[in-house]
Amino acid sequence: MGIDYRSLGLRVGLEVHRQLSTKSKLFCECPVEPSGSGREVTFVRELRPAQSELGEIDPATLFESQRARKFVYKGNTSDICLVEMDEEPPHPINEEAVEVALTVALLLNSEPVDELHVMRKVVIDGSNTSGFQRTCIVATGGSIRVGDRDIPIQAISLEEDSARIVETRAGEVVYDLQRLGIPLIEVSTAPEISTPEEAMKVAKSIGDLMRATGKVRRGIGSVRQDLNISIVGNCLVEVKGVQELELMPSIIDYEVRRMSMMRELSSLLRERGVTKDAIIMNDPVDLTDAFSNTGSRLVKTRLLSGDRVVGLRLPHLAGLLKSPDGGPIRLGREVAEYVRAWTGVEGVIHSDEVPGYGISQREVEEVRGLLNSSKDDAFVLVMGDAERARAALQRVRERLIGVIQGVIDETRAPLQDGTTQYARPRPSAARLYPETDIPPLVISREYLMGVRARLPRRFEEVIEELRSRYNLSGQLVAQLIDEDRVNEFEELVKLGIAPSFAASFLTEVLKELKRDGLDVDSVPFDEFLDFFRMVVNGETAKEAARDVVAYLARNRGSSAREAVVKLGYRAPRIEEVIAVIDALIDEYSRSGHRDVTGPVMGELMKRYRGKVDGAVLSRLVRERTK
Amino acid sequence: MVLVVILTMSEVEVAGYRGRLAEVLRRENVEVGDEVEVILPDGRRFAGRLMAKYENSPPDFISLKIRSGYNVGVHLPEGSRVIKLREGTAPAFRRPPPPVQDPSLPHVTIISTGGTIASRIDYGTGAVKPALSSEDLVSLIPEITDVAHINAEILFSIFSEDMTPEMWDTIAAKVNGLIKNGVDGVVITHGTDTMHYTAAALSFVLQNPPVPVVLVGAQRSSDRPSSDAATNLIAAVSIGARAPFGEVVLSMHEGHGDDLIVVHRGTRVKKMHTSSRDAFRSVNSAPLAYYRGGELILVERGLNPRGSDRYSFYPGFSDEAVLIKFFPPMKPDILEHYASKGVRGIIIEGTGLGHVSSSWIPTLRRIIRDGIFVGMTSQCVYGRVNMNVYSNGRRLLSIGVTPLDDMISEVALVKLMWVLRRASELDEVKGLMIRRIAGEMNDRSLPTRVSWIGD
Repeated sequence: MGIDYRSLGLRVGLEVHRQLSTKSKLFCECPVEPSGSGREVTFVRELRPAQSELGEIDPATLFESQRARKFVYKGNTSDICLVEMDEEPPHPINEEAVEVALTVALLLNSEPVDELHVMRKVVIDGSNTSGFQRTCIVATGGSIRVGDRDIPIQAISLEEDSARIVETRAGEVVYDLQRLGIPLIEVSTAPEISTPEEAMKVAKSIGDLMRATGKVRRGIGSVRQDLNISIVGNCLVEVKGVQELELMPSIIDYEVRRMSMMRELSSLLRERGVTKDAIIMNDPVDLTDAFSNTGSRLVKTRLLSGDRVVGLRLPHLAGLLKSPDGGPIRLGREVAEYVRAWTGVEGVIHSDEVPGYGISQREVEEVRGLLNSSKDDAFVLVMGDAERARAALQRVRERLIGVIQGVIDETRAPLQDGTTQYARPRPSAARLYPETDIPPLVISREYLMGVRARLPRRFEEVIEELRSRYNLSGQLVAQLIDEDRVNEFEELVKLGIAPSFAASFLTEVLKELKRDGLDVDSVPFDEFLDFFRMVVNGETAKEAARDVVAYLARNRGSSAREAVVKLGYRAPRIEEVIAVIDALIDEYSRSGHRDVTGPVMGELMKRYRGKVDGAVLSRLVRERTK
Repeated sequence: MVLVVILTMSEVEVAGYRGRLAEVLRRENVEVGDEVEVILPDGRRFAGRLMAKYENSPPDFISLKIRSGYNVGVHLPEGSRVIKLREGTAPAFRRPPPPVQDPSLPHVTIISTGGTIASRIDYGTGAVKPALSSEDLVSLIPEITDVAHINAEILFSIFSEDMTPEMWDTIAAKVNGLIKNGVDGVVITHGTDTMHYTAAALSFVLQNPPVPVVLVGAQRSSDRPSSDAATNLIAAVSIGARAPFGEVVLSMHEGHGDDLIVVHRGTRVKKMHTSSRDAFRSVNSAPLAYYRGGELILVERGLNPRGSDRYSFYPGFSDEAVLIKFFPPMKPDILEHYASKGVRGIIIEGTGLGHVSSSWIPTLRRIIRDGIFVGMTSQCVYGRVNMNVYSNGRRLLSIGVTPLDDMISEVALVKLMWVLRRASELDEVKGLMIRRIAGEMNDRSLPTRVSWIGD
């Protein structure tokens, strides 16, 4: 079922974050690549909300602060220092990272700021030991061409990466500090992307452009995208931390459908006369007694652990909490996600799904009676200690009021199935205040001229150049660049290996071997070079490449020469080959073949595959048949 | 007339901006927080709210907060225009409503003297500045009212490196007054840089107090979510309200985590790290106690009990004492210099067991003969001086240098300032300096690497 995104007024803005592979972190001299070779340190901290310089507290910060939690931090002294531990003020900003960010800015025709001011973005979920993320705008404006459109760029910033969650326990979150402080470049576009597919293409183009600097980190978690999604008449939803590009279109599609449905629900609720006041007027009721003889194992277990069942009447909401089409989008899920995020209470049961969960029709009737709820009404049940259950129901009300008023601004998290879930309210500008430990950095005109002079070629330029010089397919070139093998490719070609063979060896052959579970990355490139040198010298054939690499991967520390010999790919002496060719020509001519080239080549390839280059054999056969 | 005009021109200052920029802003009647548009001669435009100037930013840059909340610096060359779009609100700290207090709880007074614990970012200079009052602290850290009924007052608002002996006396007099009025505990918030000097000073003035006097600070300013101010203050107030002893103590983080607070004796503590939360260490002594999970764990026995009737108040410090750190080629001229300035006592932070170069001996002999007290401590920090082991030490002893045992050199200085106010003769000074007065010395040396509490 296709959606007409344009008629819905879909507008998407992207924030592409990419880790840099600079020598050190953004605000200290710790390495970006971990070694884990030092001593482990562990410590426990708490965080409290702080006001911005305008005296305001950010809503996202309040959200986190009312979930009082402890944070356990772990790190290794080889990879973290007192700066990551928030025990030492930050060192001056890493100028290598600033230059990479300026490089990206110039490639996007952005306007660098005159003076860089590092800010503190308050984040008190524990992911930053300081309670804020250090970030600064490096440039504003510019654009990126994708297809036939120029997507405007809003800003390019440089920020420190956060710590990685290792484990979430009751009232406690464990973080690994290694990632904290790795420089991240963030490129944010204007909300002018109009289809899910286009969003993916823009993200890919921005990613490629960042890669052209040669200073970005690769691998899992090195790229993260945030999506700002809105449709006409709704507020803004931010989906944070999408790692796979391929997931992006389905996430946007899901959000569009979800927002449309919320919009429909909103008008439906108003039609039915459900108002904010009507929702507030109903108070939570303790229904534990109605379940004293319950057959529901779910409810019974919770009651045995001392929990209460508390319910709330939702006037005129009958039938609206379940999914209208059996799909994943439903008001019940919206409410449950919201309650879980704010209170940690799991499992909101609503009237559209009972009888169910072992809850009987009679119990449903009794609940309706106690809640004074008619058939037109819906109700929700939550279980927990009395205080938490009531807090959860307060959040149910809050969410429904939000829906009545239209989709609310919020931050959502992507899920692996291409859907999203509520994460927290959207932060405001109130969470940014100046990082006074770092003096502002003036970006002088002279310095910028230097950066401009050192600008790398754009990705498309590199592709075009390699493609035309070596007569390769664009796809093969893109793969070489993707896997950072352009330099290796050029070395093989310089030896005299055919460009198409060299390219497909470095991309497809190695990828296949990797897929088979072989650690080909551990084989030094010098061994590949030795092998191809033997090919060029006629000592073995290029067809042996796959087996030789496999052998080298399995037998660490062995040499290419050894592999060729052990595998029996050593070429025989040329006189011997010629003798064999002559004998075969003789044999096939005698048996009446008019053109002996084909069958002779067939026999030769059988005998010499991987030992003598096919092209060499073919040349010899031509010579001897003359 | 012309001169007058120039003077007024240079005096114009708008939000920290001076000269040409201040003129431009004043002409447009722009103040901090106002929404402005800046048009540069090259046609570039920036819109945002005017922020106060960063202290160390070059003169022709202005700081704008753009819509996303980020600040950026914009270079305004001659010919730039600033247009005021809308009036804004100037940044101000808004205090959350104070918590309701329970008068039946122990009464603790928090005296604020400044420092990181009571500081927030100064958007005028871009640096951290003491700005939070004690009342602000109560509002921001309401948990302290769970353990005590809090009174709070500001005595000073200074960085601790600006502290003076007169101020030590002012603080001591304040605490003495509170004790006389029956307070159950006193907490003094203080900048950490010289907090151990003040702790030592109060220890000599407020001897055997009937209630705990707790100095506390923070290594991370209280405007940041990760500040140690809250955990430190909560612990300090709990100690003030409930500890079974009457001692002058200093309590701060024991380690990198927020889960363990250590209580040091006022005369046995030194700042040993420039930035880390666990900067303060007890030197040549076990700490008195630890505070963890709301509980006080006593380490030291035989403390002055709460409610003790042995309390005495001995205020007053002399400023005629100095502390000198000896280094290998250092010449003794510094001694002559101080002697000529009327200094009456010198603490030397010598090498190892308590030595200075033998070239110092003639000068030392002369100034001691002139009645100047010279006391020896060690720059090793840990351990006790012993001047009998090497001949140089024995010669220093023979000319009248006084070994000060295992006293911390800063504490020895503070003690000397206090002693010089109450003794005039060299022998008298000497006698007081080697007498144990406030737990500042001990005859027994304990191993340094000991875990004083288990897990």
